[in-house]
Amino acid sequence: MTTLAINNLNVTFSTEAGPLHALKNVTFDIPENRIVGIVGESGCGKSTLINAILGLLADNGTVDDGSILFEGADELTTLSASRMRDLRGPRISTVFQDPMGALNPVISVGRQMINIQYRSDLSKEEKTQRAIDMLELVRIPDARAALGRYPHQFSGGMKQRIAIAMALMMEPALLIADEPTTALDATLEVTTIELLKDLQQEIGCSVMFISHHLGVIAELCDDVVVMYAGEVVERGTTRQIFQNPRHPYTARLLECDPARQSERTRHLPTIPGEIPDLRARPPGCIFANRCHRVQPACTAPPPDAVIVDGHIARCFVANEPTEVGGIA
Amino acid sequence: MSEVVSNPPGRVAEIWRPIRKILREPLGALGLFLVLLVIFGAVFADFLTSYDPTRINPRARFQGPGAEHLLGTDQLGRDLFARVLHGGRIALYVALVSTAVSLAIGIVLGLIAGYGPRWLDNLMILLFDAMKSFPTVMLALALVTLMGPSLTAVMVVVILVTVPGYARIIRTQTIALKSSEYVTAAQSMGASSARILRVHILPNVIGPLVILASMDIPVVIGIEAGMSFLGLGVRPPTPSWGSILNDGFTGIRDSAWIAIAGGVPIIITTLGFTFLGETLRDVFDPRLKGR
Amino acid sequence: MLTYFVKRLGLAAVIVSVAMFLLFCMIYLIPGDPASVALGPRATEEMRAALREKMGLNQPVILQFWNFYVGAWTGDLGEEVLSGRPVMTVVLEQLPFTLALIAGGITWSVALGIPLGCWAAVSRGSTADRIVGILSVAVIAVPSFVIAIYALLIFAVQLRWLPAIGAGEPGNLGDQLTHLILPSLAVGLGWVGYIARMVRASMLEVLEASHIRTARAFGLPDRMITYRYALSIAILPTVTLLGVGIGQMLSSAVFAEIVFARPGVGKLVYDAILTRNFPVVTGTVLVTTVLFVLLNLVADLIIGALDPRVRSSF
Repeated sequence: MTTLAINNLNVTFSTEAGPLHALKNVTFDIPENRIVGIVGESGCGKSTLINAILGLLADNGTVDDGSILFEGADELTTLSASRMRDLRGPRISTVFQDPMGALNPVISVGRQMINIQYRSDLSKEEKTQRAIDMLELVRIPDARAALGRYPHQFSGGMKQRIAIAMALMMEPALLIADEPTTALDATLEVTTIELLKDLQQEIGCSVMFISHHLGVIAELCDDVVVMYAGEVVERGTTRQIFQNPRHPYTARLLECDPARQSERTRHLPTIPGEIPDLRARPPGCIFANRCHRVQPACTAPPPDAVIVDGHIARCFVANEPTEVGGIA
Repeated sequence: MSEVVSNPPGRVAEIWRPIRKILREPLGALGLFLVLLVIFGAVFADFLTSYDPTRINPRARFQGPGAEHLLGTDQLGRDLFARVLHGGRIALYVALVSTAVSLAIGIVLGLIAGYGPRWLDNLMILLFDAMKSFPTVMLALALVTLMGPSLTAVMVVVILVTVPGYARIIRTQTIALKSSEYVTAAQSMGASSARILRVHILPNVIGPLVILASMDIPVVIGIEAGMSFLGLGVRPPTPSWGSILNDGFTGIRDSAWIAIAGGVPIIITTLGFTFLGETLRDVFDPRLKGR
Repeated sequence: MLTYFVKRLGLAAVIVSVAMFLLFCMIYLIPGDPASVALGPRATEEMRAALREKMGLNQPVILQFWNFYVGAWTGDLGEEVLSGRPVMTVVLEQLPFTLALIAGGITWSVALGIPLGCWAAVSRGSTADRIVGILSVAVIAVPSFVIAIYALLIFAVQLRWLPAIGAGEPGNLGDQLTHLILPSLAVGLGWVGYIARMVRASMLEVLEASHIRTARAFGLPDRMITYRYALSIAILPTVTLLGVGIGQMLSSAVFAEIVFARPGVGKLVYDAILTRNFPVVTGTVLVTTVLFVLLNLVADLIIGALDPRVRSSF
């Protein structure tokens, strides 16, 4: 079964300078029990995607077209606000990027962990015990005492682990992890990733893992979705994407990956050029203005070319041999 | 944008543009209207009524509002409409003179604190804080006890109360500007401190200050009216809204119109200036919001 | 915590000292001397000289200030000119009435201001928001004594709903509270506006914070998010604001006491001015100033109690 099936999703924001087409024809699946990585530069529409799934789009944003089907039953784009709220937390939970700001500063960690179990019928003691168990699971020392403390009394890495504990406490079917390790240093990043993977297997949920760190994606994810300017330009298994990238953007992204370069930097070196203004999308390929393989045909909308089953690239030349070989 | 471009450049356009911006906000338009109404009444008081605001008429005591006396008469038979119009003169006079003096003193002190040596700055901040720690009315009462009730006493109180605020704002802005590139450049070219303050710093700090001062005008009018209400402001028989209100308060059970004649102008004026000031701030300096 | 407290207390003491110095300068510099003020225009030169001698006005300025300063810190604010009772005793007798009035004002402003500000923030941009905004500005603008008189006129004189004068029967709490309603409304109404605006602004800021997004992502009910997760942070600046506002409420209380003929320090000073009882005036100014500085300190401590981040930085 597919945990989350996103089909032809389109999201527009109305701005003072006209409508901004933030997500265009986004299609991909998150199968049960799999970790799907979403890769892309900042501004590629990752946050909009998360907010669209969670039903938390800003007031000026609307889903124009497409569907988000959760567990084959709930159509998230048309779900009522109260039903959506019932899903958020118990069924779909989220770990956000910023561990410093993600927890409420004036409510104790324990109180926050008990509050999110407000739907449960458990007694107060059982809820507390559940919170302690979860904190122990994410290896917070002296978990019982930790419940009485406030977020500022924990380090960044611990806060992020608490956030993960909170997200997994309700045993969701889908965990959305929005760059959960970006704000952490390298050692912490590795341990947090390992923890996340262990917990995912233990609980048996699907994960949508958003990162611009390709090394982490390759390490953790089963499938990869490459996004650019609000479009999914390529998707497939991690092996397919890393070993045989077919979209020129993916190829460029991999080339620029710091892991493949001698000098290790934590941020992606940028591809020359800029993401086009999403208020005035070009009629053709969105990547054409930066593409090293651009062709006259690219002024028309490119097709979603199937390379093999499940490996799809939105490009005219996807099925032509590339000069950039993929060596993982 | 196009309407701005199509405007012929010149003095008239320069003056009209901000006014049009204010008028576009309903609250700003209302504020401007009320303020103009009060100014009009005060300026043309002598043309709007033939009554002398101080003339006692024992045969016309405690008359309710009517055709002869628009707002009625007080316990001495004085025409309240005339007293209200002339009271407006007092209120505006106090507001304008004391705010102008406050601004001048505040600017000088603020520039000294901001541009001067560190110890002087610390000392002045301490003085400002101490000054602000007196409850306004208590300070006013103490001063009036010593000086005796008078319009001058009212203005001294207003100045003492408002100067620290202005000085602090000027000081903060001066400190921020002091390290800016063009001031450093001017210093390196040997400009004197006085010249730097006058040419480079003052023009940059004065805009927000004037807006804040305009928002203080209702406070000043309140202080004048309040002190006159307590009998510590203008001396009788000079009309002031506060003293009219006091006359009305004394007879509040039987002659409420006197209290209404004294209070409503205070409400109109303070609301008018506040609405206008808020709009001015929002339109010209949104950064000041929340002060 | 303790060092923080001591530091704040020290700063408060410095501020009060400087305020005393300023007050003394004013008394000294302003034409008219306390002795002649006290005795009035008909006193003879000998009487004035005698009183000056008694009040220590013939001593060198520095010594006068020193006596004034040391006296104030040890609770000796001089004596009433007529009865000879210690000013400190007289002021402390009246202070509870004023404090009750201010507490009532704070109650009004908090009870109305916080829900209004919250409501405006949650329904941002709506008609309700705009109306709350305009009303806030309006009640801030109108001087409190005008509100006091009109409250008296409408609710006590015309409608006869509430008593007009006095502080109520001693010992009868219910009666005292009914007598408190109108004057404290006059003291607190302007602050309803200040607090509503402050809460609205800080609510809007807090609602944008990422921990609120987290709370939403966990599907917490809107009510819990607004009132427990956002408001508990958004009211913190309000406490500081109230600390500063107590000075203004003291001023408003003076008028409210006079309008509603209530006992209290405001009435005390007013009567003292009319009887030219100068030591009572300066004494009350000093006591209220100290009170104001102290209540500011209390506001800071309350912030510490409410905000765990501040608490652990003490």
